[in-house]
Amino acid sequence: MRINPKYTQWGAVTILTSATIFTILILVFIIFFILEKGLPVLGLSFLTENPQEMGKAGGIFPTLIGTIILPVFALLIATPLGISTSVYLAEYTKETRITKVIRFGTDCLAGIPSIIFGLFGYIFFVITLGFGWSILSGGLTLAVMVLPTIIRTSEEAIRAVPNSYRKVSFSLGASRWQTVKKVVLPNALPGIVTGIMLSIGRSIGETAAVIFTAGSSLRIPSSVFDSTRTMAVHFYILAREGISSENAYGTAATLIIAVLFVNLLAYYTMHRFIAKRS
Amino acid sequence: MNIKFKIENLSVYFGKEQFLNSVNLEVEANKILGIIGPSGSGKSTLLGALNRMNELEPYCRTEGTILMDGVDINSSTYNVINLRKKVGIVFAMPVPLPMSIYENVVYGVRLSGVNDKKRLDELVEKSLSEAFLWNEVKDRLNLSGLRISGGQQQRLCLARVLAMEPEAILLDEPSSGLDPISTSKIEDALNQLKEKYTIVLVTNNTKQAARISDNTAYFLLGDMIEVGSTKQIFTAPLKKETDDYITGRFG
Repeated sequence: MRINPKYTQWGAVTILTSATIFTILILVFIIFFILEKGLPVLGLSFLTENPQEMGKAGGIFPTLIGTIILPVFALLIATPLGISTSVYLAEYTKETRITKVIRFGTDCLAGIPSIIFGLFGYIFFVITLGFGWSILSGGLTLAVMVLPTIIRTSEEAIRAVPNSYRKVSFSLGASRWQTVKKVVLPNALPGIVTGIMLSIGRSIGETAAVIFTAGSSLRIPSSVFDSTRTMAVHFYILAREGISSENAYGTAATLIIAVLFVNLLAYYTMHRFIAKRS
Repeated sequence: MNIKFKIENLSVYFGKEQFLNSVNLEVEANKILGIIGPSGSGKSTLLGALNRMNELEPYCRTEGTILMDGVDINSSTYNVINLRKKVGIVFAMPVPLPMSIYENVVYGVRLSGVNDKKRLDELVEKSLSEAFLWNEVKDRLNLSGLRISGGQQQRLCLARVLAMEPEAILLDEPSSGLDPISTSKIEDALNQLKEKYTIVLVTNNTKQAARISDNTAYFLLGDMIEVGSTKQIFTAPLKKETDDYITGRFG
């Protein structure tokens, strides 16, 4: 029997709409739940004071520093490496078996659980290279972890740039590098930035890979060879060891607000860039 | 008679398929050579050989010689980037780069390292005027090249080539997507430009070739069937195939 399209249309709209509303509700609930428990603790002193009694009292200032410095360190390494690799893969090689193997490899790496990267970082950077639990080890580990994401998103963004732009550029006497610099990268930038944002988000929220490599020292680091603690690790330790659930939620709320802020800033900057070009 | 390009035994293959069969053709300097023929006749492939854009396609092989002012530009030792600066091309579909009108025009010149603002300003005004576009855009040079009409975009693409002060200009069906007014503006521009440049115009519109080209060549299935003055080709073609095509019995 054939159902009247009027009813199937109504059915489809109902299912799709409720799925969307359900998804958004879950998200809103999580954020609301954490903010509700965390915001009462949050205040200027919570952000600027050192923790006392392992974080039972006091603020989270050192973990704020750790949360900024580790992802920045990781991204400073991973971004140029990742973008260069993606430009090479997308612009300088023909599609061969080797590029397919490289692509498959990066896809696999992107799917590996972060704790494996943590273990690798611990054995290689901390022990073998002797960097110890430090910003250096943690940053390098995070860089290795987010590298596949940056490579794949950048490569997709570069491939999405219309071929006609490249053709025009070549026809006006541009070399391949000039074409990449003046036409391909500027047009792929929004996609590349999305990949970098994802990576920043992953680095900020990471615990397993960080705890093995950067340690969990609550002192303010004075060099890249010092151990540090990120907000995510701090939250994990506070909650896991039952030190203080209030301060754990305060940390979580700070983390959420920080990630939101970074994303908004990136979108604002990118929209201004796109508006300027079109 | 001054010869700009002397094409000898030019064959072009993409993979196993042959698109041009041993073509011999001379292109006169400061004249418009119209190239007509049905689709798949190798017209665009010929243009692609003249500034070696064909090489960007994988599996392309070009045999034969193309002498430009006596120098073989098809030789592997000839610098292809310099060639493309000397032999500009306007494609069928206008593709402005996603940047301002001003930056579109100076794109090629900037690549050569010219960054002097005064010189660039001069070039922009001169090239846009030569392409019959200056009066329409002079007050909004910072507008994105994507935001003007299709006809204006195509003239912008022409101006972009002119700014490089090339020696020859190739046009691949430049008015295939344009309205009659934009088309006539492009044709007016070409008529003036031939004083300074050698022009090769591929067109699907035989009337356009009859209107503005000095010489016309007829291509069919990768063969150059006949070339002569436009008047002769359109009034007294030597080959039956040419006659069939221009009178509309075929194609």
